[in-house]
Amino acid sequence: MLPVALASATKLIGLVMHSRKEYVALMELHKDVPVDKVVEVMKKFIGRIYQRPPLRSSVKRSLRTRDVYDIQILEIEGRHVLFKIQCQSGTYIRKLCHDIGLILGVEAHMRELRRTATGHFREDFNLVTLHEVAEALYLWRHCKDESLLRKVVLPAEFIVANLPKIVLKDTAVDAIAHGAQLAVPGIVRLHEGISRGDLVALFTLKGELVALGQASMSTKEIVNSQKGIAVKITRVFIEPGLYPRAWKKAKEAGEVVAKQ
Amino acid sequence: MVSDITRRGLEFIAELDRIGGITRNWISIREEDTDPRYGSIPWDRPLDRYIRKGLIVLDKPPGPTSHEVVAWIKKLFNIEKAGHGGTLESSPR
Repeated sequence: MLPVALASATKLIGLVMHSRKEYVALMELHKDVPVDKVVEVMKKFIGRIYQRPPLRSSVKRSLRTRDVYDIQILEIEGRHVLFKIQCQSGTYIRKLCHDIGLILGVEAHMRELRRTATGHFREDFNLVTLHEVAEALYLWRHCKDESLLRKVVLPAEFIVANLPKIVLKDTAVDAIAHGAQLAVPGIVRLHEGISRGDLVALFTLKGELVALGQASMSTKEIVNSQKGIAVKITRVFIEPGLYPRAWKKAKEAGEVVAKQ
Repeated sequence: MVSDITRRGLEFIAELDRIGGITRNWISIREEDTDPRYGSIPWDRPLDRYIRKGLIVLDKPPGPTSHEVVAWIKKLFNIEKAGHGGTLESSPR
């Protein structure tokens, strides 16, 4: 399962790259070990672990920590252990299996690995094959039929589906596209529970992603204020000019703040 | 009472929440409508813009590398940029 972002959506793909991952792995122990000992030792790897990236890797090979959020043993058959693991991005499952073998004292290696989720993108998601992509493009280019293409390609908004969201007035959109920060009067509705410092996604009332930013006020503070900067914009996504400038109106409402 | 397009826009955002596993409630500060003359519900974007702001969740075949697959997709769509969401470490043969 590989999420691929097209053109302008590429600037969002970093969010997926560093999101938590889920795998199903098959580990083979080199000697027989009682089941309860395997379970006991593997449970110990839940939490923060140490790892040094292997020789064949694209990252710096320094000792680093990674978080393992959960390990669920699915099946144990003789020396084969099938397990599901949820972990921080950048966790080497092969190294994990090796280290489990070390602790068990019998040595072990990873036989098979399958990624079942990347962030909120799960295996049972609407997966598409390269063949279907080619077919959809053909249908569009030669038969003027867009329908399959619009099923095969999803709006990039799906990449930020897991972020807390704030919905903006139309009049706030173009200002942000030109570098303004988001002030309280520009907000129509927002998720509860946003804290200062949270990464948030800003949307139009039509559901278009406008920008990503860092909340400088919490939901509570925003609800109880008439003014102030609510979100510092870190990445603009919507194109300037798609929504009209509303400088006059905005100046009255105090919505627009000059570029820093 | 919101207009039809605003309702559809908010429904789209609700769908995003479902997919993203968000269960938080929404707090409405003011009631506003969106102007149908500008922008569009993401599903309804004109096709060139729809593609340029697109995402494909690919069932990658085991042979080619993620890098090769992305290069192939760039060529297919005739776009200059594309990116993938992380490579999978290879299983031992």
